[in-house]
Amino acid sequence: MIKPIKVLMAKPGLDGHDRGIKVVSRGLTESGFEVIYAGLWNTPEMIVETAIQEDVDVIGLSILSGAHDVLIPAITGALNERELLENVVVLVGGTIPLEDFDLLKRSGVDGIFIPGTTISEIANMIKKLVKDKLGKEVK
Amino acid sequence: MIGEEAGKKLIKKAMEERERAKKGLERRDDFETLSWVPVKRIYTPEDVREINYDKDIGRPGEYPYTRGIYPNMFRGRIWTIRMFSGLGGPEDTNRRWKELMAHGETGLSTAFDFPTINGIDSDDPLALGEVGRCGVSVCTFEDMESLFSGIRPDEITVNFTINTPAEYILASYFALAKKRGIPISKVGGTTQNDSLKDFYSQKHYRYSPEAHLYLNTDLIRYCTKNAPLWNTISISGYHIREAGSTALQELAWTISDGVEFVRYLTERWKMDVDSFAPRLSFFWNAHDNFFEEVAKFRAARKIWAEIMRDWFGAKNPKSLMCRFHVQTGGCTLTYQYPETNIARVAIQGMAAVLGGCQSLHTDSYDEAICTPTDKAADIATLTQRILAYEIGATDTVDPLGGSYYVEWLTREMTEGAMKEIEKIEKMGGATKAILDGYFWREIAKSASEYQGKIEKNEIIKVGVNDIKPESIEYSFEPLRIPLDLEEKRRKWLKEYRENRDGNKIDTILDTIRKTAEEMQDNKFDEPQPMFEHIYEAVNAKATMGEVMYALQDVFGRFREPPIF
Repeated sequence: MIKPIKVLMAKPGLDGHDRGIKVVSRGLTESGFEVIYAGLWNTPEMIVETAIQEDVDVIGLSILSGAHDVLIPAITGALNERELLENVVVLVGGTIPLEDFDLLKRSGVDGIFIPGTTISEIANMIKKLVKDKLGKEVK
Repeated sequence: MIGEEAGKKLIKKAMEERERAKKGLERRDDFETLSWVPVKRIYTPEDVREINYDKDIGRPGEYPYTRGIYPNMFRGRIWTIRMFSGLGGPEDTNRRWKELMAHGETGLSTAFDFPTINGIDSDDPLALGEVGRCGVSVCTFEDMESLFSGIRPDEITVNFTINTPAEYILASYFALAKKRGIPISKVGGTTQNDSLKDFYSQKHYRYSPEAHLYLNTDLIRYCTKNAPLWNTISISGYHIREAGSTALQELAWTISDGVEFVRYLTERWKMDVDSFAPRLSFFWNAHDNFFEEVAKFRAARKIWAEIMRDWFGAKNPKSLMCRFHVQTGGCTLTYQYPETNIARVAIQGMAAVLGGCQSLHTDSYDEAICTPTDKAADIATLTQRILAYEIGATDTVDPLGGSYYVEWLTREMTEGAMKEIEKIEKMGGATKAILDGYFWREIAKSASEYQGKIEKNEIIKVGVNDIKPESIEYSFEPLRIPLDLEEKRRKWLKEYRENRDGNKIDTILDTIRKTAEEMQDNKFDEPQPMFEHIYEAVNAKATMGEVMYALQDVFGRFREPPIF
């Protein structure tokens, strides 16, 4: 039996805009993913720690505060230090200007979702990346 | 780019509509508002037969104020053009404010950065990457002085969008007025100061709902006695809507929060309702459905007037008036074709004007992408002047009043919201409903329902599910806040902390902790003054973070359960 894909959903930093992350968490749960919702006020270290403890396939980060250029590389950097960046899919959603896509991707982010992305687009992207990057079989 | 494929789809859609119309069918099977209220093909006198003009609607300036709180509304003077604005350090925001005033802004509204909103200093490890990013950083009295350099507190009203550290921010502002020789009895403005909504929207709470309810009402208590021109609270539905509620839930839950504040003030602080109620104010969202928004504003005035009179026995007409600020809906802005947001904002702003707002913020078109650029903020400000002076919307009071549809929808909103407010009363009020998880569950449900309707094309957003672009382009350079600001602020604060009387600060922080302990011990039943201590802390040069952590030492850190 193929295990469901395990996703950690977290908001880094102090940003309180949690509508998007909650809607996506619910949508992914309804689409058969196993979702762990870490909620608000997460430091980069807390997110990496939880990802390790929960042994997740995917880390979904939602950020609408403009601090993505600092906080996201801090998270991917911490994952890289622990040699985990290759074993997990890192996705970012939120108000990310096009100009910053390169910076985030270079830091190790696998996919970026802008406002207006549908749940099925996110679900399909996750399945594709888990298959391609992690080499796991997916439903 | 729209792309060829999308173009073909559009033509197909137009053909389908034409074919259906030929058969006498309509574009869709059901029409509904964004609160999922079914909308009929046509409204007639039959739909408003039971509405009594004098009793249910009334003339503007008369109970129950459905048509507006003043008899002549915008024929006298237009609303206050109040742009929510803040970025970088206090000096950067001071410059932006002066620019906005040069473009016709008539009132200030402060956007604080996330560290400030959460009550932590710029040099706190938790502030990493967030200093000055989506608002201005303020954590000392000196910051407040820089923010208001060349701006007189008795000449312009200012809104502080601040909740958790509202008392620290207001104490700093009052201290600034005092230093400049202006009595606080002459200082006008607003503190948002509504932490209840923070628990299920906005999410910048820090302590328990009971602790925040106490701090919010303590500020109201202080101002009622000392600063009679200060609007002590802006009971906010704006964020509730942004977090995913329907218009009806925004209306009902905000008023339930308002009821909770009034109850705590009358029952615990033992204050006379007419002593503080005239300075309570509201803050609503102006979302996409134009007529529903107008109906919501009209219903809000009627419901608040009735509740204040009938539940709390308020007698002063000013206590019955729902005065409110409106902001156009940030979550309605699209990342796709950002310039089209100028049109959305203008229409939403018009709903606020026709709904009789007292002040208005119009969003900048680039807000789904970045903190507003100068040009986008200027266009948004000028949009309000178009609404005010170009289109004739302000020549008569409540021009939509009497429309069969608008009066019917106003009644639907009123009755629907009253049912919801009574339901929350049965749960024991807003604080209980928060702790029971009611708002978290309901808001998650509504937000998902909205998303589902977008994905099924039942709600149309141009650029998102209608004319979706193949690739995204925009014609502006997103605003960047320089990252070295954080380092500069850190250094500045380090020096600041070294040049103070540490003992004096310790003493006052101890007093704050002791008062908080007393509150905790009496379960917030017998409130004790706190504002005076915080004012003293400001004068002793304690930073905002120090004061807020002192309170946290006693009240603890609240965490919400993972409900989605």
